[in-house]
Amino acid sequence: MENDPKDKKQLTTGEEEDDDRSMLERIKQTGGALKERAKEEAKDYKDPQDTQLWKSIFRVSHDRSDPRNRSLAILSNVFLHLHPAKINRDAVRYPFTWGMGGITFYLFIVLTFTGVLLMFYYHPTKLDAFRDILYLEHDVPFGKLLRNMHRWAAHLMVITTWLHMFRVVLTGSYKRPREFNWCVGVVLLVLTLLLSFTGYLLPDDQLGFWAVTVGTNMARATPMLGHEGPFGPQLGLTAYNDVRFGLLGGSIVDSNALLRSYIWHCIGIPLVASIFMAVHFWRIRKDGGISGPAPVTLESEMKAVAKKK
Amino acid sequence: MRRRIVWLSITGALTTFFLMFVRFFLPRSILEPSSIFRIGAPGDYAIGVDTKWQQQYRIWVTRTSDRLFVIYARCTHLGCTPDWKASENKFKCPCHGSGYDSEGINFEGPAPRPMDRAKVSLDAEGQILVDTGKLFEWPKGEPSHFDDDGAFIRV
Repeated sequence: MENDPKDKKQLTTGEEEDDDRSMLERIKQTGGALKERAKEEAKDYKDPQDTQLWKSIFRVSHDRSDPRNRSLAILSNVFLHLHPAKINRDAVRYPFTWGMGGITFYLFIVLTFTGVLLMFYYHPTKLDAFRDILYLEHDVPFGKLLRNMHRWAAHLMVITTWLHMFRVVLTGSYKRPREFNWCVGVVLLVLTLLLSFTGYLLPDDQLGFWAVTVGTNMARATPMLGHEGPFGPQLGLTAYNDVRFGLLGGSIVDSNALLRSYIWHCIGIPLVASIFMAVHFWRIRKDGGISGPAPVTLESEMKAVAKKK
Repeated sequence: MRRRIVWLSITGALTTFFLMFVRFFLPRSILEPSSIFRIGAPGDYAIGVDTKWQQQYRIWVTRTSDRLFVIYARCTHLGCTPDWKASENKFKCPCHGSGYDSEGINFEGPAPRPMDRAKVSLDAEGQILVDTGKLFEWPKGEPSHFDDDGAFIRV
């Protein structure tokens, strides 16, 4: 930059009577000043965090690490703001939480991602469904990986949801003031199981077909809603107007059932579950954060201990 | 008062929408195979269990010394299709292990009652007319309907 020919030309014009020596000197001098200015300017651009672009995205600088600033960094970020700005350090210990809620949510993200990709190759029709599964398994690039990720994450998510619930029971975290969030959690558990159940039919193989046959046959015995359940026949229910019929879109597990299963699995239940998850996470914070052992002062923080040393 | 009317109409509208939502899931007409079909003359069947219609109609034809009847091939436990095990002379459900003898009478596993039998009759040509829309049951602890009119054909 300091040897820009344009600058040289500007400096030389109008001062032609000067001898070459002084001109050279002057060029050197001006060049030096330019170099300094460029350095000064480059310094401003060195740190991308100091740019206007950066600051328009991230309102809070991480340079100052006072508690208020650290809180603001969390609060002003849409992805982080669901987290509390401050937490009880003993409540987030893995032996206490097992990290099960977080793992469950992570698995939901994995399932959403792999599920959307699987949808690109899957047709929810009787003729295509199983063929598409074979196609995914044997021909689609990374199809086998995707399908297995989706399958294993699904199994795991059911397990981790139960373990999360178990942990909440063990730590008494369902008690006041968290009783409402416990109920939201129970709804989420049911939605998770329904996601698992509706996904079971989609490969349209023997396993899924008979599992859904058995599962929906249980719905026949629903009180007041199933045609073989208590008060069902008295209310005029038959195999053609009861809850099972509404679930399957017919009296047998056929193409309507496959399509309904697909829509509930890919759109209906995830949508409802997302809303409940938002409430669930929000309420954790509003109910006073992760429940935990009473706030404990660390040994290093105890005055008595500090005095001894 | 005005406020109450507003809330009442909103609640009413939402209730209506919910009922419409529920009704939407119960189709008026469905494309399912007909429950009435013909399976040939009684003379076509030898004594014992015939499984040739299982794939197409989900039935077995059983003939005893004096009767012919059609068993609807649905396990009375949770609705799977049992397999006919000729060597053991029984039907065995692959889902939860219910077992039935050659006449569809349960003797093992969780099945609560014998398998249902479909309505049978002879048409003008002497062919067996089966209607799986009308099933004869033998509910547990209740009298059997297997001897009712239409539950079997005398041969």
